[in-house]
Amino acid sequence: MAGFLARRLINYVALIVVATSLAYMLAASALDPRSNYEARRPPPPPAVVDARLDELNLNNKTPVFQRYLRWSWSVLHGDFGKTTVGDPVNADLARRAGVTLRLILVGLIVGSVAGVLGGALAAVWQYGWFDRLTTAASFLVLAVPTVVLANMLIIGAVWFNDLVGAQIFLVSGETTPGLEGGFLRGAADRAQHLLLPTLSLSLGLIAVYSRYQRNMMLDVLGADFVRTARAKGLRRSTALTKHALRTALIPAVTYFAFTFGALIVGTTFTEKIFGWHGLGEQLINSIFTNDVNTVAAISCLAAFGVLVAALASDLMQAALDPRVRVG
Amino acid sequence: MSDPTHPGAPVLEVADLSVTFGSGPSAVRAVRGLNYEVRPGEVLGIVGESGSGKSVASMAVMGLLPPHARVSGSVKLLGTELLGASDKRLAAFRGRTISMVFQDPLSALTPVYRVGDQIAEALTVHQDLTRAEARKRAVELLDLVGIPHPAERATAFPHEFSGGMRQRAVIAMAIANDPDVIICDEPTTALDVTIQAQVLDVLRKAQRETGAAIVMITHDLGVVAGFVDRVLVMYAGRPVEIGSVDEVYYHPLMPYTMGLLGSVPRLDQGERGRLTPIDGNPPSPAALPPGCPFEPRCRLAVPECRLAEPPLRPVRHSRHLAACIRAGEIERGVVTTVPKLPEIPEEGEERPPRESRRVVLGVEDLVKHYPLTRGAVFKRRVGTVEAVAGVSFDLREGETLGLVGESGCGKTTTLMEILKLARPQGGRVVVLGRDISGLVAADRMSVRRDMQVVFQDPMSSLDPRMTVYDILAEPLRAHRVREPGPRVRDLLRLVGLEPEHAARYPQDFSGGQRQRIGIARALALEPRLVVLDEPVSALDVSIQAGVINLLEELKARLGLSYLFVAHDLSVVRHIADRVAVMYLGRIAEVGQVDRVYDTPMHPYTQALLSAVPLPDPVVERARRRILLEGDLPSPADPPSGCRFRTRCPLYKAIGETERLRCVHEEPRVRPMGGDHGAACHYAESLDVV
Ligand code: SF4
Ligand code: SF4
Repeated sequence: MAGFLARRLINYVALIVVATSLAYMLAASALDPRSNYEARRPPPPPAVVDARLDELNLNNKTPVFQRYLRWSWSVLHGDFGKTTVGDPVNADLARRAGVTLRLILVGLIVGSVAGVLGGALAAVWQYGWFDRLTTAASFLVLAVPTVVLANMLIIGAVWFNDLVGAQIFLVSGETTPGLEGGFLRGAADRAQHLLLPTLSLSLGLIAVYSRYQRNMMLDVLGADFVRTARAKGLRRSTALTKHALRTALIPAVTYFAFTFGALIVGTTFTEKIFGWHGLGEQLINSIFTNDVNTVAAISCLAAFGVLVAALASDLMQAALDPRVRVG
Repeated sequence: MSDPTHPGAPVLEVADLSVTFGSGPSAVRAVRGLNYEVRPGEVLGIVGESGSGKSVASMAVMGLLPPHARVSGSVKLLGTELLGASDKRLAAFRGRTISMVFQDPLSALTPVYRVGDQIAEALTVHQDLTRAEARKRAVELLDLVGIPHPAERATAFPHEFSGGMRQRAVIAMAIANDPDVIICDEPTTALDVTIQAQVLDVLRKAQRETGAAIVMITHDLGVVAGFVDRVLVMYAGRPVEIGSVDEVYYHPLMPYTMGLLGSVPRLDQGERGRLTPIDGNPPSPAALPPGCPFEPRCRLAVPECRLAEPPLRPVRHSRHLAACIRAGEIERGVVTTVPKLPEIPEEGEERPPRESRRVVLGVEDLVKHYPLTRGAVFKRRVGTVEAVAGVSFDLREGETLGLVGESGCGKTTTLMEILKLARPQGGRVVVLGRDISGLVAADRMSVRRDMQVVFQDPMSSLDPRMTVYDILAEPLRAHRVREPGPRVRDLLRLVGLEPEHAARYPQDFSGGQRQRIGIARALALEPRLVVLDEPVSALDVSIQAGVINLLEELKARLGLSYLFVAHDLSVVRHIADRVAVMYLGRIAEVGQVDRVYDTPMHPYTQALLSAVPLPDPVVERARRRILLEGDLPSPADPPSGCRFRTRCPLYKAIGETERLRCVHEEPRVRPMGGDHGAACHYAESLDVV
């Protein structure tokens, strides 16, 4: 098992290197930081611009590969370089990473738990009202783009707030600036802010997961071992949770790694729409500001995140499935 | 109705049990009025073919049918009504008073829990035991059902158990709480015959330990013969005959039972008589004929049979009941069902002796190894599976060679290697005089034409989107026959189907008819050699008999040679001229079929033949069974010397010095007189059937 994990790990590191390098190359050749200077009134003299760009390792007159070598050398030393305005990328991203991580983690947990439960229940009550409802709802959610969904949520929330005459849902930012009160008040405020973004992020996940889990569960519901479990005297509900659901979880865990990527894409929109200052928002901003280094750094973090998720799903699978463990 | 052999009040009484799926005109009445009772210690066999409702009925008794099944009637367990009871109440009975052993042991255990824990769970649901006590008891139970090193094996997961061991574990679970009734639903159908013998032995032991009544549901008339006290025969969802096993087997009163018994090929009967198949197919439960459901297939049917469904009535005495209006006449011997059998065309004049006939298929030292890999993403080779390790045989013109053995013996791999028509990893294959390693594409085409194949599963080997006409015309067109029409009609007639059915699709046919289509397709190009891979094992006995007869008839008429790969030794005895018994990638014994069956020389063949149950209660009870210990060793790590030595009963009986030879020297097939050879250093004959 240890050897197996070590090999996996090496593989993942190699994948991160390749993904990040490609992202850097792409960003370095597609984005044009020079135009930031040319747009200034009056434009600075070309020599000054060149000097400045050279200093930031953003000069498109230097061959891409040479810039890449300099960039990767500093990345190896833990430095993602500077933004177009000369601030260190590291400091900015460190702050933002926390914001995104909170959003993704909560979204992931809510999404997968609710999805798995919803799917399992839908399978148990196949063709019942709950099954029909979740089926219809998930197709609706999957058909509507995240952007539209998030905005619909905001409109709904504002309407609801007006209706009850209180600010139940807070639709912008992470916290209310300048909030007075103790810890509890703060926590409640954060929760209120978290509610809608989490919902918009996890709805898609719930939809996908519940469909998937429903099918997995249907496969095992009629399985012989569930019948055996009941034949030895387990109640239907016990047999379903302890034997059927437990076994049907294994494929869901494998699925985990795949959904994580979708979740990262989802956060870029969610952050932008709900005004959370996280990595996703910054990615969009930095593309607009031709900020090659930030784009590359965020891509690197995203690749890292996906692979951590993959590793986690491997580990969870090994924990859940004895057939994998022996291998 | 008092039973002299099993006194006491019935533990399980089933009365007028009916199960219906769906509603309205499409409703399927799977069980239509089943009555039986079992007393303590009694074994009742329920026999029927697929679709007879026997398994559905047992699930209904356990209360394990899906909610959309409508169940009516009465099921009384120790006097308590079970039908309509809540899941909670039923759960209190299940596993404690009434327990069940299922058909497919491979999927009957939850893959993610340890075997010992799953057995312990059966204990803790019903008894107030600590975890440690339950674990300890689970180990004792595993020991009782004959799992070696039970304490160690209890911590294994189901996938680390072989099929036979899993079935033992399921039995351990079933007897954990000392139940009063054990329902066994085809408990050995998925197992190999030597493992079946072991499991039946365990069941007998389990019954002795618990004193429980057993309801044994099976399609195998042999399994029932030696195991049960009374038999109930089901047809179309109804019991049609019930009585003591001897009476039902020796004096059946219902034409269906008689037909069933007549259609089983028998291991102990060498003469090449024709089997008596039952005409037609079982009725669909959604569209039963009026009156007696067996009427369309019954040879004794009279117009009155159509009027009303005959009730199950005592005939000979109060304990032998049959549902047939002519049962009384049958009892008095006024009528019998002995049918007029179609004549087998004589096989030309006297066949020339074997040696002078041409070899159509020669296999010499054939070898096939597979790499054994581990890991899902990063495959690495951890060993080699020696699936076929030096197999030689020849098949001569006009004869049938049966290739038999249990799963993992390499018979299917051997067949696939022959069909591939490519250079084998080792050894030589010569088809119709041509060595297949030297074939170029054009030669291969012509060899294909002369060597055709029929597969086991008629449904999956026929394209469901093609009509029967297209299926049969395809090989003809591929070999440039201009006008396939007349030939297709001939072929259909040849295999006993109506030429008018050519426009239908495979799914419109029953299993037996589909297999006939498969045979017709194989015959389209007038091959000389037909390779048959388990051609009848997916069919019910009454249908199987017809297909076997057809194969024999075609062989005689068209002068075909068959390589017949099968696991059913009785079928092989019936159809084959010669037989080769395989064990772990090698041939253990080969020879003329009656010689091998009547005087088996190899200890494995002896054990194998003794494990096959015979549909004859008296013979079966008196038979000496050679039980093999353990499971097949892994073909990735076969024992040195003789591959059978780890399980060989003879090896245990001989002295130390003789054993050395078994350990160090691989036995070759050695002639045992006439057309008969065995691969054993110390082979001797033994009477087992
Ligand atoms: S009742 Fe008539 S059709 Fe039915 S089994 Fe008896 S003789 Fe045959
Ligand atoms: S060679 Fe030895 S081990 Fe093999 S079958 Fe004969 S007696 Fe048994």
